[in-house]
Amino acid sequence: MAEAHPVGFQWVMEAKSRGAKVIHVDPRFTRTSAHADTFVPLRVGTDIAFLGGVINYVLQNELDFREYVVAYTNAPTIVSEQFRDTDDLDGLFSGFDPETRTYETASWQYDSQENDGAQREDHEMQRETASALQHETHGLSIDSEVRRDETLQHPNCVYQVLKRHFARYTPEMVALTCGVSEEDFLEVCKAWTENSGRERTTALVYSVGWTQHSVGVQYIRTGAILQLLLGNLGRPGGGIMALRGHASIQGSTDIPTLFNILPGYLPMPNAEQHTTLQEWVDAVRHPGAKGFWANAGAYGVNLLKAYWGDAATSENDFCFDYVPKITGDHGTYRTVLDMIDGKVKGYFLLGQNPAVGSAHGRAQRLGMANLDWLVVRDLFEIESATFWKNSPEVETGEIVPEECRTEVFLMPAASHVEKEGTFTQTQRVLQWREKAVEPPGDCRSELWFFYHLGRMVRERLAASTEEKDRPIQDLAWDYPVHGEHDEPSADAVLREINGYEIATGRPLSLFTEMKDDGSTLGGCWIYTGVYKDGVNQAARRKSRHEQDYVAAEWGWAWPANRRILYNRASADPDGKPWSDRKAYIWWDPDAGESGEWTGQDVPDFERTKPPSYRPPEGADGVAGIAGDDPFIMQGDGKGSLYVPQGLIDGPLPTHYEPVESPFRNPLYGQQANPTRKEYERDENRMNPSPPEEHSEVFPYVFTTSRLTEHHTAGGMSRYVEHLAELQPEMFVEVSPALAAQVGLEHNGWCHVVTARSAVEGRVHITDRLRPLRVEGRTVHQVWLPYHWGSGGIVTGDSANDLFGISLDPNVLIQESKVGTCDVRPGRRPRGQAMRDLVADHSARAGVASGAYPLVVTTGPGAASGGKSDGDPTPDPSSGETT
Amino acid sequence: MSSDRTGQGSIHDRPGPRGRGAERSMVPPAEFTSYYGHNVVKPSPWEHDIPAYLFAGGVAAGSSLLAAGASLTGRPALRRTGRLGALVAFSFSMVALVHDLGRPMRFLHMLRTVKLTSPMSVGTWILSVYGPFAALAALAEVAGLVPAGATQGRLRWAFRLLDRFGGPAGVVAGVTAPSVAAYTAVLLSDTATPSWHSAYRELPFVFCGSAAAASGGLGMIGAPVTQAGPARRFALGGALVELVMERRMERSMGLTAEPLHDGHAGRLMKAAQSLTVLGGVGTLLAGRSRSVAVVSGVALMAGSACTRFGIFEAGQRSAKDPKYTVVPQRERIAREGPTRYPDHPVGGP
Amino acid sequence: MFGKRNSLYGPVDPAPETGYVDAPARKGFFTDTSICIGCKACEVACKEWNDVPGEGFDQLGLSYDNTGSLNANSWRHVAFIEQPRKAAEEKAPPVELGMPALRPDGVGATDVGGAGGSDGAEAMDFRWLMSSDVCKHCTHAACLDVCPTGSLFRTEFGTVVVQDDICNGCGYCVPACPFGVIERRKGPQGSKNVGIAQKCTLCYDRLTVGETPSCAKACPTESIQFGDVEELRERAQRRVEDLHGRGVMDARLYGNDPDDGVGGTGAFFLLLDEPEVYGFPPDPVVTTADLPRMFNRATTAGVALLAGAVAAFVGSRR
Ligand SMILES: Nc1nc2c(c(=O)[nH]1)N[C@H]1C(S)=C(S)[C@@H](COP(=O)(O)OP(=O)(O)OC[C@H]3O[C@@H](n4cnc5c(=O)[nH]c(N)nc54)[C@H](O)[C@@H]3O)O[C@H]1N2
Ligand SMILES: Nc1nc2c(c(=O)[nH]1)N[C@H]1C(S)=C(S)[C@@H](COP(=O)(O)OP(=O)(O)OC[C@H]3O[C@@H](n4cnc5c(=O)[nH]c(N)nc54)[C@H](O)[C@@H]3O)O[C@H]1N2
Ligand code: SF4
Ligand code: SF4
Ligand code: SF4
Ligand code: SF4
Ligand code: SF4
Ligand SMILES: [Mo]
Repeated sequence: MAEAHPVGFQWVMEAKSRGAKVIHVDPRFTRTSAHADTFVPLRVGTDIAFLGGVINYVLQNELDFREYVVAYTNAPTIVSEQFRDTDDLDGLFSGFDPETRTYETASWQYDSQENDGAQREDHEMQRETASALQHETHGLSIDSEVRRDETLQHPNCVYQVLKRHFARYTPEMVALTCGVSEEDFLEVCKAWTENSGRERTTALVYSVGWTQHSVGVQYIRTGAILQLLLGNLGRPGGGIMALRGHASIQGSTDIPTLFNILPGYLPMPNAEQHTTLQEWVDAVRHPGAKGFWANAGAYGVNLLKAYWGDAATSENDFCFDYVPKITGDHGTYRTVLDMIDGKVKGYFLLGQNPAVGSAHGRAQRLGMANLDWLVVRDLFEIESATFWKNSPEVETGEIVPEECRTEVFLMPAASHVEKEGTFTQTQRVLQWREKAVEPPGDCRSELWFFYHLGRMVRERLAASTEEKDRPIQDLAWDYPVHGEHDEPSADAVLREINGYEIATGRPLSLFTEMKDDGSTLGGCWIYTGVYKDGVNQAARRKSRHEQDYVAAEWGWAWPANRRILYNRASADPDGKPWSDRKAYIWWDPDAGESGEWTGQDVPDFERTKPPSYRPPEGADGVAGIAGDDPFIMQGDGKGSLYVPQGLIDGPLPTHYEPVESPFRNPLYGQQANPTRKEYERDENRMNPSPPEEHSEVFPYVFTTSRLTEHHTAGGMSRYVEHLAELQPEMFVEVSPALAAQVGLEHNGWCHVVTARSAVEGRVHITDRLRPLRVEGRTVHQVWLPYHWGSGGIVTGDSANDLFGISLDPNVLIQESKVGTCDVRPGRRPRGQAMRDLVADHSARAGVASGAYPLVVTTGPGAASGGKSDGDPTPDPSSGETT
Repeated sequence: MSSDRTGQGSIHDRPGPRGRGAERSMVPPAEFTSYYGHNVVKPSPWEHDIPAYLFAGGVAAGSSLLAAGASLTGRPALRRTGRLGALVAFSFSMVALVHDLGRPMRFLHMLRTVKLTSPMSVGTWILSVYGPFAALAALAEVAGLVPAGATQGRLRWAFRLLDRFGGPAGVVAGVTAPSVAAYTAVLLSDTATPSWHSAYRELPFVFCGSAAAASGGLGMIGAPVTQAGPARRFALGGALVELVMERRMERSMGLTAEPLHDGHAGRLMKAAQSLTVLGGVGTLLAGRSRSVAVVSGVALMAGSACTRFGIFEAGQRSAKDPKYTVVPQRERIAREGPTRYPDHPVGGP
Repeated sequence: MFGKRNSLYGPVDPAPETGYVDAPARKGFFTDTSICIGCKACEVACKEWNDVPGEGFDQLGLSYDNTGSLNANSWRHVAFIEQPRKAAEEKAPPVELGMPALRPDGVGATDVGGAGGSDGAEAMDFRWLMSSDVCKHCTHAACLDVCPTGSLFRTEFGTVVVQDDICNGCGYCVPACPFGVIERRKGPQGSKNVGIAQKCTLCYDRLTVGETPSCAKACPTESIQFGDVEELRERAQRRVEDLHGRGVMDARLYGNDPDDGVGGTGAFFLLLDEPEVYGFPPDPVVTTADLPRMFNRATTAGVALLAGAVAAFVGSRR
């Protein structure tokens, strides 16, 4: 956190000065570790085992916050008798289909709900469209009252299932798997549990060290289970803090630049399942389910009205047909592979540098070199605009500048200080930014670019009578412009996002004011309120010294300016604070007419619904939420320790080895995530892992991450003198022991080899990396920053060239935090010799001939599992030398 | 050097935060810590112009003294050598000084102010007093060389003036000359450069002795043996003072004397010593032979130059090695505790 | 000749001492290195605000420090010190680990005893110290004392600043500084003030308009605290006591004592190890404290030279 969120880390330092204990769990000692009270090094990719161990410690010693757990989580809920856990199936859950490598989830459901599941879930399709998680986001679909045993004794209640599931994760097993000493592990267990409960809370902070794994989503799930068990959610000082990346990356998931969702986490409609507005809305609101997603219709209609304005009417389903539909995997990695296959003609890259920043750099560049046209809008002439003339593939002859067919249009972009608008920060806070300086020369804002591009396209199509052009012709595309260059008004855009009453223009103040009859419009329902009372709430900058610690008047947080989600959980079932120290939101029976929720934050609950409220029989939607159901977006109002729906790889987190690992999974026969998304192609070979042979060709584990001094793919730091000089060269961190073993010299050169490529860097020998003992063997971990590329003031090899493409099945995030490699002294070879080196390693590892690692290594299908059932045809355009 | 646990090349192989410092030293190997062996203080940015300037300044100062004495005691050849030598040396030193400025065009900024805490400012003023008089005296000397017929032209008044004031100017130059020779020692020692600062007690004597030796040597070269007696005595005295005080200086400097023995500076100091001894012995015989006088004079001048360069180099080296900053301060702390007002530490930087 | 003794040594308030009437309170920094996260925001903010050119693109291999030192082109410098183990525990002889030589066959994982955990017993005894260094704005500033042009001057805030248009590049301040801070700018070509002495101005331009210095403003953790020196000294005292109370016995202040060899620094530090570990001199004394004695010795030597010359002539015949 200190490395990549130094400004946010000031609060950790402040907490520390007030007595908080800081624990850092990371494969390597970083600037964060330097300030942690305890640093626990672990083997990269084993956090589920580690956290599973903590969960086991909590459950075995009954250290959970029992009142909270019983009242607020699904711990008492009874799971289907048909459910079989990984213990029984050697690492698989019941319902596994080796053919598709996905699950049939009926057996995962709550007792008596088994038969609803089958219809709801098609995991194969959901994996393709990264849509499984929508079910979690949009709440569990639970039709009727679920069976609960509040004594938690029922053998099939979630609590007992959980207890059995994690029983294997003993301290010895954690030590064996993670390379963490039992002592360190127990210290973490003690600290975490001692600082949780009524009087104390513990916060969990994670970022991409957890997400970029083939089991990334399950990492976070494990954290969530633990925080729920300890009563750390919805309470001050607790929670799970996802540290987001770029300044407004939170904003870009809220109002997404992703293929699978629309603003406000509405799912991108699917051509097969969502043929009408109603089908689409029902897919979100789950008719009959409890919770606030019940109003999804209003959110959807308001979005459509924002898109198509007057053209969107109730008669034409508010132009729902105009919304593009997805048919499968349109993710960035699929798209790049399609480029290699010549299936993509043109590409827009806006503020992204995949030639350096995305996994499998070589595939990225080869893909982009096979387009008709490419538009790059950036502050600098980044590698993604220059790959055709200076990429490593030019060196190897795989891209010939004179012959590269891609026409690149580089458009200069205005930077964040050269335009106005909002950032949505990591904690969901929107902050308005003024323009500080005029952009130089031809640099323009994104808003300008898209508005005028849209305007010009519409002008071109104005006379068209073709049906396919109607969505563009009908778009509501008029924003006030100002200034010399006709800059559209960002303020007007924010007002539209907030939403307003169409007849009067009155800004909406809360999403509950949104109507599904077309009388209101709003671009993103969760942002409604940011322009409350016609005031730009995001522009508020009252100093924290002039308000309480919640700082409610600093910017504006979605939803409804609420700083802690699910904060009803900060009070006990009766609505009283769990403790005075941790009082945050509580029920005040004397307030209002007959009592109100009140406290320091905006209550995340209906203000006047008393704790004693019990829904009438058969009630659904908001009315179905009881007065003691804090998790109001969930179908049962409870925090989910166990998720019957929403995850492709299982209802509970399970330790799987990373796709590339020198170790056999010590917990189960199933080696790695069996449901992960793989692209089995010749250019995407994986290093072998046990039980496969030859994993010793790539004996070391490597991980990549950030340096404070650089930013991501380096466009914003390697091209800027005052930053570039701070870390001027690509380097590779190794422990003294590994250096001794390989024969590396400090500040000399080494190169790192995988089945994809080899990259070189200066050797950095440091005790901050230390070998760990795993399964009785020593494992050496190697660390690389991923900021370098061939452009800019300081250049170097790109760590992403080392990775292949393996994705988490739920959200299609790449496993770019862990792989296996070889490390060799000296600089890497150049030109063809470099490809030869990689080919030689691949041959020795037995992956050169199109073989692809086993995906299923246990249970049914283990024998046939996965082996080269992908696309074994060598791709001529990739220039592979096999 | 230290090696780490693995015995392999690593970060710990270099003088690291916990590296050991001493390589070769006269005192027992000093254990000290530093930041990757980086210097604590910065070496002066001065280049060889500065020791050349120190040398030339000394030659000028001594020469002016000899010239004044010669003028008062009627030794024209010695006077001529002294006056002209002083001017040449002084001009040379000024060129060296200006050349060394980062912004030579701004030389005159030194005359904006008089600053007693700045030896360079004091020195500048000393030179601005000394310089014109030395120049005047030298001009008078030159004028004296002009054939009588040529002094009757339109510039006749100037020649007369020079004739009249040359003598007194030479005397003033002579009287101010010792400060020219001595201030340069303060110039060096008023720094945090360990081997300069810790030498502050003896360095003025070394420099003055060196100035006498060099200028005496010049006198021996430039004046016939018959007139050069004072120059020989001056040179001999200077050489003795230089040799003796340099010894004492080294003893009082402690660890920071080490750079005077090592490396390039060590070689220069050794050469200086030999040359000075040689020249000094030569002066004893130089009364009889002009060639011995010339050889001795050259040796003395070379010895003086080597002294200046040697001390300069040693200081630069002492600044570049953190040992010479850290160890003496640590020793002082061990002896006297950290420096606290009003107790004033004696010695070291 | 040098006024009262105080002006070269001892505790004084520098601005009034220099002659400012109604000077504002002395300004300075308290840099608490125990909360520095090594982000280098201070380095960058300083360069941006003061238009300081880049220092070059050398990978120094000194932990994460690629700046190396305070110098003409780096007025803030963040030091990184990796301490694998305490000096006291340093193991004397290198120990052969018995690692089998694996090259060229390249099998990395070796069998050793035990199932899991960190390899090696000393695993956790490791520190990574970070510290942002800057000009100390000494009470008795040698750089200022020795500057022959008056380019270096004492501001009304008690700070020490170079006037670029006065400095003639004589370089005298460079060896005079006991902390090795100030330096003459050598390049890069084309940048401004080449040949001129350069160092932190404590953002004099910002102070005069009531702004916080750029580096302190950028520091996310308030490791760099800007303010009135008097108040900062008290704060530092409280902080060190607090740390001692928490068992951080390594914590110590550096430069805060007005009785020290430079009369206390305007920018002082809380350190977690000996000063020299961070590249500071352990017991700095302003060089001009000895100046009266130096001039005395020089005068004696000069007189001796004169006497020697007289003696060389007196009583001699040819
Ligand atoms: N200075 C700077 N700041 C940035 C960025 C930048 O590039 N530079 N990027 C921004 C962006 S886009 C993002 S997404 C965030 C990312 O912020 P972070 O996630 O904090 O960034 P990383 O450095 O990639 O990874 C964090 C840590 O995860 C560790 N790690 C790797 N694998 C594992 C694992 O399996 N388990 C555990 N426990 N730890 C592991 C790494 O060693 C690393 O120290 O930072 C943002 N902030
Ligand atoms: N191996 C490995 N790979 C990783 C990661 C990892 O941890 N390890 N992390 C991943 C993560 S979390 C991320 S977010 C990605 C980041 O990867 P990318 O997003 O591809 O990389 P950036 O360098 O952040 O690209 C942003 C570009 O936007 C430009 N830019 C800045 N402001 C503007 C603007 O206002 N308008 C426009 N048009 N352009 C602008 C910048 O100059 C820069 O070139 O990398 C991912 N890749
Ligand atoms: S770059 Fe921006 S987002 Fe990142 S730490 Fe600095 S201020 Fe925060
Ligand atoms: S630290 Fe050095 S440069 Fe700064 S004021 Fe003191 S003597 Fe001058
Ligand atoms: S270099 Fe400039 S600032 Fe330094 S002493 Fe010389 S004139 Fe003064
Ligand atoms: S005070 Fe100003 S000049 Fe000094 S280091 Fe900080 S930013 Fe730079
Ligand atoms: S800005 Fe602050 S925290 Fe960052 S390196 Fe500088 S002093 Fe340390
Ligand atoms: Mo990111």
